[in-house]
Amino acid sequence: MRLFLSFLAGGLFGAGLFISGMTDTTKVLGWLDVFGDWDPTLAFVMGGAIVPMFFAWRLTVGRAPLVGGSFPAPSKSEIDHRLVIGSAMFGMGWGLVGLCPGPVIASITYNGWGGLLFLVAMLAGMLAAPKFGVQLDRLATKA
Amino acid sequence: MEMDWIWGLVGGGLIGLGGAVYLLGNGRIMGASGILGGLIDGTERNAAVEKLAFLAGVVLLPLILQTVFAAQASTHMTSNITIIIAAGLLVGIGTRIANGCTSGHGVCGISRLSLRGIVATVFYILAGGLTLTLFRHVLGVI
Repeated sequence: MRLFLSFLAGGLFGAGLFISGMTDTTKVLGWLDVFGDWDPTLAFVMGGAIVPMFFAWRLTVGRAPLVGGSFPAPSKSEIDHRLVIGSAMFGMGWGLVGLCPGPVIASITYNGWGGLLFLVAMLAGMLAAPKFGVQLDRLATKA
Repeated sequence: MEMDWIWGLVGGGLIGLGGAVYLLGNGRIMGASGILGGLIDGTERNAAVEKLAFLAGVVLLPLILQTVFAAQASTHMTSNITIIIAAGLLVGIGTRIANGCTSGHGVCGISRLSLRGIVATVFYILAGGLTLTLFRHVLGVI
């Protein structure tokens, strides 16, 4: 059950990314290209995804997950240097190529060597992140 | 081209449904960077099979849809190796440091009105817009 639901969720996610055009870097870069040929599609994708998720969060109140266990703890509200700098770094990479982690995976079978190279670099970055984070914390305490 | 926003809305709805299944079914937040990152750095080894099943769905469904509808999806991916590697590293480090990406902070965070999700989304969209503007319109390299 746990594995089936996981696969189903991933399948819906992948199908949604494919159908919405989010594995096409032109559409993502078009959203960020405010001074060029601006493409609003990404806002519709975000909006369309947030609606079912909004109701899903409401359904978690007073219940437990289908497979048992418990729902994620209420989100932290602390805005720290990691959140801001990490998000800015992610945005820079996103704006250069037009790929974020979900679409990288969804398009891996049809994105050629470039997609594969991006995935390898991204995974390397993920492995390097903890060390980078420690350096960042050190700088933040000095500042 | 004029139909793109409808496909965006439909596809977005499916993404949200996926997130809802993962949350209500498995009690987990559907964040692509967290699922991938947790798998490769071994921080959540107990959930590895579950995460692999999720990733299998993410890879398989676009492949099936392409075959069924004979739709050749174009990604218009850049072929500039330096830019691909730099961008991949930035996305990898950034999403792990910030603990989330477009799916985790964007879709799952904003929908629960999480301040962190909203702040992260503002920052990655601003940074993305500025980077694209600089590299496309000022430097003219992408």
